[in-house]
Amino acid sequence: MFMDWPLLSLVIWTPIIGGILVLATGSDKNAMEAKVLTLVVSIVTFLLSLPLYTDFNTQISTMQFVEKIAWIERFNINYHLGIDGISMPLILLTSFTTVIVVIAGWEVIKTRVAQYMAAFLIMEGLMIGVFAALDAAVFYVFWEAMLIPMFIVIGIWGGPNRVYATIKFFLYTFFGSVFMLVALLYLAVQSGSFDILGFHAFKLDLATQILIFIAFLLAFAVKIPMFPVHTWLPDAHVEAPTGGSIILAAIMLKLGAYGFLRFSLPITPDASASLDWLMITLSLIAVVYIGFVALAQQDMKKLIAYSSISHMGFVTLGFFIIFAIAQKDASMAGAAMGIEGAIVQMISHGFISAAMFFCVGVMYDRMHSRQINDYGGVVNTMPVFAAFMVLFAMANAGLPGTSGFVGEFMVILSAFKANFWYAFFAALTLIVGAAYTLWMVKRVLFGDVANEKVEKLTDANGREILVLSILAGTVLFFGIYPAPLIEVMSPSVENLLQHVMQSKLN
Amino acid sequence: MFEDMQTVYIWIVLAPLIGAIIAGLFGKVVGRTGAHIAAIAGVAIAFILSLYVFKDIVIDGAQAFNGAVYTWLVSDGVRFEVGFLIDSLSAMMMVVVTFVSLMVHIYTIGYMKDDDGYQRFFSYIALFTFSMLMLVMSNNFLQLFFGWEAVGLVSYLLIGFWYKKPTAIYANLKAFLVNRVGDFGFLLGIAAVLMYFGSLDYATVFNNVDKVNNLTMSIIPNQDWSVITVICILLFIGAMGKSAQIPLHVWLPDSMEGPTPISALIHAATMVTAGIYMVARMSPLFELSTTALSFVMVIGATTALFMGMLGLVQNDIKRVIAYSTLSQLGYMTVALGASAYGAAVFHLMTHAFFKALLFLGAGAVIIAMHHEQDMRKMGGLRKYLPITWFTSMIGSLALIGTPGFAGFFSKDSIIEAVGHSTIPGASYAYFAVLAGVFITALYSFRLYFMVFHGKERMDEHTRSHLHEPSWVVTLPLILLAIPSVVIGYLYVDSMAFGNFFGDAIFVLPQHDVLGEVAKMFAGASSIAWAMMLHSVFTLPFWLAASGVATAWFLYMKRPDIPAVIQQRFSLIYTILINKYGFDRFNEIVFAGGSRAIGKICWRYFDVKLIDTFVINGSAKTVGWVSLILRRMQTGYLYTYAFAMIVGLCGLLLIFVYPLK
Repeated sequence: MFMDWPLLSLVIWTPIIGGILVLATGSDKNAMEAKVLTLVVSIVTFLLSLPLYTDFNTQISTMQFVEKIAWIERFNINYHLGIDGISMPLILLTSFTTVIVVIAGWEVIKTRVAQYMAAFLIMEGLMIGVFAALDAAVFYVFWEAMLIPMFIVIGIWGGPNRVYATIKFFLYTFFGSVFMLVALLYLAVQSGSFDILGFHAFKLDLATQILIFIAFLLAFAVKIPMFPVHTWLPDAHVEAPTGGSIILAAIMLKLGAYGFLRFSLPITPDASASLDWLMITLSLIAVVYIGFVALAQQDMKKLIAYSSISHMGFVTLGFFIIFAIAQKDASMAGAAMGIEGAIVQMISHGFISAAMFFCVGVMYDRMHSRQINDYGGVVNTMPVFAAFMVLFAMANAGLPGTSGFVGEFMVILSAFKANFWYAFFAALTLIVGAAYTLWMVKRVLFGDVANEKVEKLTDANGREILVLSILAGTVLFFGIYPAPLIEVMSPSVENLLQHVMQSKLN
Repeated sequence: MFEDMQTVYIWIVLAPLIGAIIAGLFGKVVGRTGAHIAAIAGVAIAFILSLYVFKDIVIDGAQAFNGAVYTWLVSDGVRFEVGFLIDSLSAMMMVVVTFVSLMVHIYTIGYMKDDDGYQRFFSYIALFTFSMLMLVMSNNFLQLFFGWEAVGLVSYLLIGFWYKKPTAIYANLKAFLVNRVGDFGFLLGIAAVLMYFGSLDYATVFNNVDKVNNLTMSIIPNQDWSVITVICILLFIGAMGKSAQIPLHVWLPDSMEGPTPISALIHAATMVTAGIYMVARMSPLFELSTTALSFVMVIGATTALFMGMLGLVQNDIKRVIAYSTLSQLGYMTVALGASAYGAAVFHLMTHAFFKALLFLGAGAVIIAMHHEQDMRKMGGLRKYLPITWFTSMIGSLALIGTPGFAGFFSKDSIIEAVGHSTIPGASYAYFAVLAGVFITALYSFRLYFMVFHGKERMDEHTRSHLHEPSWVVTLPLILLAIPSVVIGYLYVDSMAFGNFFGDAIFVLPQHDVLGEVAKMFAGASSIAWAMMLHSVFTLPFWLAASGVATAWFLYMKRPDIPAVIQQRFSLIYTILINKYGFDRFNEIVFAGGSRAIGKICWRYFDVKLIDTFVINGSAKTVGWVSLILRRMQTGYLYTYAFAMIVGLCGLLLIFVYPLK
């Protein structure tokens, strides 16, 4: 029934227009109105995004829900939207997470409430726009515009060192994007349009491909972030308010990974194949090296930020082992599993990192500290909260039965086919990931009450339990029954693989 | 009775899970009684249905069941399913797990009655039962790994049950991480299985072993290794973690920080035997690799002997039994290495009963002693705790292999089987298991005499309050004592030497050591009787007897001697009391090393090199350059005039110079 609605435009523009309306409520006197309006808009957007799943045709790999209107005809730029099985789950993740963020910030944000809420709504629309864009110009506009609300969120509602963090965040990501812009303009000039699917089909020689690949890599690697351009993330997280951290970890990091799937792999397949060693090495460094770095953290948010980088290593690993598998075995068995595992990891990390950052937020709101040393024995005073946090910690450590296991498992299985040592280093996360997560849990939650502040803690309230339960339910559901998730992406992934394996050189 | 056996299987796993959810999520609503009723009902249903399944499969000889419940996911043409494989091996495991679990549940009512976390505890142990059943009933590697990690999670939660105790939360982290080292290998093994067999389904894998048998892989360039050997060793690394084999055994003694009922259930009877079960299940793979079998055997033998020796110097009643568990797990592992899978699983079963009995007995002593665990403060408890005393004696007799008791049949089968094995390492293993018999008898009766006999060394207050715990504690002891006596006699013919396991276990004819042993008793109508009659002429019997005699002499007759021995052989004593230094080594090298690596990576690489040098460095460079440029914009005419002259000269130089 929704097939004839411009659904993608609706899920992009509803929150953006809603955000502008929320801004109009103005000062903090109308904070309640602003919050209620935001919640309504975010829920409506989430409901509007659901038909994208229910009406999605899982049998075909072409773009669905396509909208195409001429925008700037002179340069052949179109307002062109559409989704496949790769972008659809990410859009749902975005609309879902925004609702969570709104509830998470409900009582916590006390100043400039309307502006805070509006920033997240606008950001939601822009991020969905990135996932839905099929025109490079539209993509680039959304991609850059999205930075602004996040910049503002960290800069205004952030911690004491927020100015350094925001500038670092902005310069890092902007630095990367500029190269991407150059690459996109080159492609547009050469191919005569900004159509992304046109880029996919456009032939390029290897030298050009490598230059374009590196330009994209700079943009996406910063966003994911990949080693060694990752150092903005811990700072941004530490300074960001809880909601900002959740969006940053759950969605923004995925944009970089999505870029690899939508741009790097299909546009420059031969460059990807010849530089896969670099990508795999950087991914494994992310998994192992960053895992050890996480172990050394004293600040909970930094620890989870590093853990995010480490988990995103699995995503890029899953993307780039396909070439090694193809080389070994012409039938490509296992390659699709790598990419699917990587996408599952993206989705799952969205839930788990959101949950972990929310948990830290719950404690921070009470203690005003993120230092592990200031805690100890929280379980004594916050037993319900502690039970949830242990669950999410286990999910973060990849326990089977939680969504955290599925993606890592699939990527490791696939990596083994590519090369024993890839799987070996990737699987080290089983030990290192458990070590940094559970060591933190031990120091923060367990033990006797460490100090008076912990003694006075009150357990999670109804609103917090609501958020925690929703996230816990999701994490468990996708751990126990991930089949629906794989089902929607599978034809698109197969299609992508076939395309990537087709060399553009002859 | 039931139309569809699959429904029965589903209820067997669901019943404890529902019990766990009620006790855990609704613990406040249903209260203490409601929580234990829910959990016990769940486990009791699982037990009764398991008995029914056992009857169906083992006694009525029904066909093994192998079917999927639902598809977890399909990726790349590989179906990952959740499903059950129910044959005699899993049916036996299900009965053992649910029975011991039920006993422990009942016992817990008494043991934990004063604890604030009563509902939480019941929720955990019911959840454990669910996880363990998922593990043993699985028909594929994925679900096996799920159960494997889930029991690890519950073990983690239960070791750290008393989360205020620093030792407990240290021990549970340690247990989880050491197990994760094993799981690391295990997961790679599973990945290898998928790569070479194209499926994680047991049946598919076992049906295709011939295709993979001669394949090789090179992990290190120019080194070709048999794929089967690599797979088996990787899987066995998982078993080494879960079943606490050297060098991954370090977590088990520390796990004693958890409440005693779970030491009995998880860290003695069931979870720690998961590795043994897994290898037995994988017998069609392990049989094809003598290298892997040798590896298994040597690890097991080392664990059996050297961990038993540590039990000799411990004074904490639970730790003695913990080291005994390590040693007995070593016996089972040796049997696996000798291809005596039947004997290994048989010992797993008898051990489950008598070791659970011993732990629960120790728990009864601990309650009676007001949570005192030091055996030096016990003694003469026989007359205060008659039921505990008697059942513990039965447990000890079963453990040391007294003819007629359960442990005798299983342990003797293992020793004889190892004696007949010819694979590399067999003679070392044979020596180790024989020496282990003496050690086992010595530490078991050292414990028995120190606790139940001799001088009463406790203080007056404790002594005046000594009394037998209530029936919920003693009933499980009695119910566990019965199989500890009779189960060996009943099943040795079929399990160790007969065809009890049928197709569930596969042994190559040239590895069939149990068949060789059975030939010794050829002609006897019952191997059980023949073994008992034969036992007095064998070495193990006299080794055990002398172990008991030594214990009696050292701890009853001349209690002054142990101190003298300790002084004389202080070097050996120091090595034993420090547990061969494993803990210190791990603490310094692995734990300390990782923390140091993390710090160095972070401080020097992330912060110094990337952030300070590259990022802030380039920002500073930009700032510095702009500072200089700004200095030049002074606003004075002569500065600009000077700059123009310099510029002009420069330009002239550039143009004129090449002309020369």
